[in-house]
Amino acid sequence: MDPITLLTVVVLTVFVGFEVVSKVSSTLHTPLMSGANAIHGIILIGAIIVAGQTLEPWLLAVALLAVVMATANLVGGFVVTDRMLKMFAPRKPAGAETKTDPKDATK
Amino acid sequence: MSLLSPEWTGLLYLIAAVCFILALRGLSSPKTARRGNLIGAAGALLAVITVFLSARIENIPAILIAIAVGSAIAAPISRRVEMTQMPQLVALFNGVGGGAAALVALLELGSTDSPWSKVAVVFTMLIGAVSFSGSAVTVGKLQGLISSRPLIFPGLAIVMGGVVLAALVAGGFVVATGAAGWAIALLVLGLLVGALLVLPVGGADVPIVISLLNAFTGLAVAASGIVLGNLLLVVAGTLVGASGTILTRAMASAMGRGVNGILFGAFKGGSTAGSTAQSDRPVRSSNAEDVAVLLNYAQRVVIVPGYGLAVAQGQHTIAELATTLEARGVEVVFAIHPVAGRMPGHMNVLLAEANVPYEALKEMAEVNPEFKNTDVALVVGANDVVNPAAKTSPGSPIYGMPILDVGEARQVVFLKRSMRPGFAGIENELLYDPKTTLLFGDAKDSLTKVLGAVNAL
Repeated sequence: MDPITLLTVVVLTVFVGFEVVSKVSSTLHTPLMSGANAIHGIILIGAIIVAGQTLEPWLLAVALLAVVMATANLVGGFVVTDRMLKMFAPRKPAGAETKTDPKDATK
Repeated sequence: MSLLSPEWTGLLYLIAAVCFILALRGLSSPKTARRGNLIGAAGALLAVITVFLSARIENIPAILIAIAVGSAIAAPISRRVEMTQMPQLVALFNGVGGGAAALVALLELGSTDSPWSKVAVVFTMLIGAVSFSGSAVTVGKLQGLISSRPLIFPGLAIVMGGVVLAALVAGGFVVATGAAGWAIALLVLGLLVGALLVLPVGGADVPIVISLLNAFTGLAVAASGIVLGNLLLVVAGTLVGASGTILTRAMASAMGRGVNGILFGAFKGGSTAGSTAQSDRPVRSSNAEDVAVLLNYAQRVVIVPGYGLAVAQGQHTIAELATTLEARGVEVVFAIHPVAGRMPGHMNVLLAEANVPYEALKEMAEVNPEFKNTDVALVVGANDVVNPAAKTSPGSPIYGMPILDVGEARQVVFLKRSMRPGFAGIENELLYDPKTTLLFGDAKDSLTKVLGAVNAL
């Protein structure tokens, strides 16, 4: 790949990366971290390419290990993030004035 | 054989990259977060299908089995793990991702020819290994397998310096000779660097370190993209590296900590966090948007009004905030301490003026047992009436005064003008509690901002 093109892509991507998360609420820090974590699991395609070129059994074993690890990162990352985000699911209006606790004597 | 031309491959990778950007963008707001995550997953799936169709891939059955094994390990753990164990799981996945990047670079070393791609190989291996072992140590700390106390020994800085130097030398030899032996040495040294970097970090700061290592893995993936000449890896990795850096800083500042202090504090001779109790007592201050998110996604909010609300004449704003939250399905009540404000009944009058329904005002004895079922206690311009010193420190002037037990709520938000103690002039321990968030400013201004932010959600 032409180095200048590569540099251009990298620099522009850095700015995009800064920009998309610049106004995140601290409540979402953990899910966002987890989501970003899942995204770098895309190293899986690198692992697949390497494993797909190797004929040497030992090297293939190492490459397949990389595939397993990368898959765990990718799949686990997205599933965990989704689970965290279920907490933010919009709730249905739950009859505003429901008294959950017995409104008893004390006063 | 490849079914896809390079042009189609590039185009599909571009779509995947856009999915990742949209995913991060979506994850930045509660409303779109879940969809964002799904978009990211869809992008990843697209990319994986594309790679099989685009290049000449041997060993496809073995690779598919490896993918199945990886999924079979990761998916059930992710579904079943306790919510409290989420951080270590994220760290674990981050670590294996970094490890995978390091292995990919190691295997690709033989096929690289230019010195620049060898430099990229060295970078990927080093950072990937650091991320792997650093994450392993954080998992150990969070899981209680190793002590979460900062592990510091004399000469740590010298050992670290030596290891880093050795790693750079090994890296230099890898670039110069391309020998696998040096590459293995580099991996081992990278693992050492990662462990030495994280061991001295105290338990309280570990989440920030996870975020930083996450950014590291991103950079390793980007560098592996340069090695393999794969633009999607470059873009996705850089994206995570950049956003992860910003996120790490945001997390550190939300906890009142500096990233440098966390990472290198131990190497300057001081102790790093974990032991924040005695140090400069950080508080967690926040902004109106964060408070709005907390309130909007709570089931039950208890508002504790105090003198500050009266002074700021914020009663109409707070009433409007309560109505808005109710309309979103949040249960909102006001907890009225007998001496809230400067006179008994001050708050009742004030809030009645703003048309807060009488049923929403609860007296202390009635509301205190309910705090443990409360998601957010919003303390507006009150301090002494929620100060746990009244219960816990016999020497305190307010000892014995009945208080509202806001500390029992899952989250406490204080709207305060400053860190100055309240009327009684006593420090409030609750302000330093990890579940407490502070929003500084005039009560009415702060409430107006929070209300605006809730409406914008």
